[in-house]
Amino acid sequence: MTQRVRNTISIDEKLLFEQAPGNRSSCDFPPLDVPSGEMTDYLPAALLRDDIPGFPELNEVEVVRHYTRLSTYNYNVDLGLYPLGSCTMKYNPKINEKLARIPAFVQAHPLQLHENTQGCLKVLQKLADLLVKITGMDGVTLQPLAGAHGELTGMMLIRAALTARGNPRRKVLIPDSAHGTNPASAVLCGYTTVTLKSDASGCIDLDELRRHLDPDVACLMMTVPNTLGVFEKNIQEVARLVHANGSFLYMDGANFNAFIGVARPGDMGVDVMHLNLHKTFSTPHGGGGPGAGPVVVVKELVPFLPVPVVATRPDGNLFLDYNRPQSIGRVAAFYGNFGVLLRALAYILREGSDGLRQVAENAVLNANYIRHHLSRDFHLEYQQPTLHEVVFDDKNQAEAGVHTMDMAKRLLDLGFHPPTVYFPLIVPNAIMIEPTESESKAELDAFIDTMRQIAREAREAPKLLQDAPQDIRNTRFDETLAARKPVLTWKGTGPA
Amino acid sequence: MYSDDYLYTKEHEWVRVENGEVTMGITHHAQEELGDIVFVELPEVGKVLAAGDTLGSIESVKAVSDVYAPVSGEVIVANDLLTDKPELINQEPHGGGWIAKIRLSEKSELDGLLSADDYEAYLGEEKKH
Repeated sequence: MTQRVRNTISIDEKLLFEQAPGNRSSCDFPPLDVPSGEMTDYLPAALLRDDIPGFPELNEVEVVRHYTRLSTYNYNVDLGLYPLGSCTMKYNPKINEKLARIPAFVQAHPLQLHENTQGCLKVLQKLADLLVKITGMDGVTLQPLAGAHGELTGMMLIRAALTARGNPRRKVLIPDSAHGTNPASAVLCGYTTVTLKSDASGCIDLDELRRHLDPDVACLMMTVPNTLGVFEKNIQEVARLVHANGSFLYMDGANFNAFIGVARPGDMGVDVMHLNLHKTFSTPHGGGGPGAGPVVVVKELVPFLPVPVVATRPDGNLFLDYNRPQSIGRVAAFYGNFGVLLRALAYILREGSDGLRQVAENAVLNANYIRHHLSRDFHLEYQQPTLHEVVFDDKNQAEAGVHTMDMAKRLLDLGFHPPTVYFPLIVPNAIMIEPTESESKAELDAFIDTMRQIAREAREAPKLLQDAPQDIRNTRFDETLAARKPVLTWKGTGPA
Repeated sequence: MYSDDYLYTKEHEWVRVENGEVTMGITHHAQEELGDIVFVELPEVGKVLAAGDTLGSIESVKAVSDVYAPVSGEVIVANDLLTDKPELINQEPHGGGWIAKIRLSEKSELDGLLSADDYEAYLGEEKKH
C-alpha cells in the first residue's frame, strides 16, 4: 500500500533557541520622532544588560521557514480524513474565512457606538434567530466561548430559574453515556451528580430514571445522540418524566450534527441545549480554540439569559440591551467570539435548510458506510443502529496481543489521523470513528481499506502494530513516563 | 490470584478487615483494565464516607476513574507512597498498592461484599457480556 499523505520535507527542525545565534535581525525601526536618551536615564543600571546569552536572532526568511516547517508536522482536516469520534472534525469551508476577513468586521471595535456597528449587531441577531429556529427553542445567548462553557451557562440558567421558583435543588442526573464534561459543569455550578446506568441498547433506562427522580433533582443532562452514536428513542417519555418531576431537561448538543435539519430538540421537550459551532457549524476547531458554545433555551429561561442581548429599538435600529433584571450577568467579555459566530452564520446561510438536512443525512450515511464495511473485522459492543459515529473495540485483536492503542498508532504510519480511543468509557478499549459529512466515498474507501489492512496485520504480523509508528518523524512515545514525570519546561542546550 | 483473606466489590475493589479497620485497594482485574496508572487522587484523612461514595480517583493512560468507598466509615490513613509511585497499583494491586484504611462504621456491610469465588465468578460473567 502506498503512503497516502507524506510531507515533502522531513527536517528535524531545531527550536528557535537552538538555532545558531548571530546578528541577523532584519527588523528596521522607523526614525525616532521623540528625543533620544540613554537607557540609564530611565532604568537603574542593575536592571540593564548588554546581551542575553542564547537569545535567538533570526531574519525574516529564517523565521518564516521555521514556522512553515513546523506546520508540516501537523495533520489537519485540509490534508485528509480526521475521524476523531465525538469531535466532529469536519471541513471548514473557505468562504467562512473569506467573509470573516472583510475589513469592516475585522476592524470593528466592541466598544464602538451602536450607530456605527449596526452590521455587526445584525450578524449577531440573524445568527441568534436562525439558531432558535433550527433548534425549535425560544431564546439564545451567543456569549459562551466553548462547549463546556455553554454547559456551565446552561446549568447556571437552570439554577437561576429553579431559585426563582423557590428552590435551586441539589442533584443532577447524568447517564453514563453522556459527554465527560457534563458532570464537571454540573459540579462547578454547585450540584452533586448521580450517574444513570444505560440499558442494554446504550439508551436511558426509564426504570432507572424513575427510581432516581425525586424532588431534589434539578435536571437531567443527556447527550443526544449519545456517545455511542445512538439516538435516545424514548426522548419524549424522558422529557415527560423529567418535567412531571419539576426538573429541567438539558441536552448536550455537541452531536447535533447527527440530526440538524431533520428534527428539533424544542419539539422533543428539551429545555436547554448548547451548540458547538466549532463542530456542527463548521467553524475552526482544535488547538484550544477559539470555539463558541451558544445556549438555546425555552421561554421560562429567557429572562435569565446573560446580558447583553441584541434588541431592536422602535425605529428599527439594533442595540445591546443590558436592562434585564433577572439576567445571570455576563459569561464572557463583550459578545462572545464574534469572528466565530460570523463564520457559523456564513455556513448556515450557504447551506440553507435543505443543505443542513443533507449535512445530517450524509454524516449518518458516512458513519454507517464505515460501520458496515468494518464490522466483520472489528468488534461492535452495541449492535443498535447508530447515527453519526460508530464505536468499535479491540476484542477481535486482543488475543493476538494487539490493542486499541497499537492500531491507532499504526494508522499514523499509514497516513491517517487515528479515531478517538478509550472513549466512551462504557465500551472498554473503544475505537470511536466519526467521519463527518465532509468525506467522499473515495476517502472513506481508502480509510476502510487501511483499517482492514490493520486487522489483517493484527492476525499475521502483530509486531508491526505493537511497534508502530515507524514511518513518521517520531516513533512511539513513552506516554506513561510522560504522564508520571512530566517535564514541562525547556531545559536548553546553550549557555544558561 | 484472588485471596480468600479479602472481600471484593462489583466495582472491582478489595478489602481486608483487621480489628474493625478495613484496608482497601483496587483489584488486579481493575488495574489491568485501566492500564498504566499515572496519578492517584487520595482521600483526605478524617473524611467520613458512606459505602458507594467517591473516595478518590485514579488516572491511567486511558482514562480517569472514580474509586468508591467499599464500606462506610472514616478514612484513617491514605497510602501516601502512591503520590510519587502510582505504578505500585499496577505492580502490587493487592499489596503495596493499597489506597486507604477506613474505620468501619457498619460491620454488617461486610456481608454484602463478594468472596474470592463469587468475585471470580462475577468476572467470568462480565467477560461473557
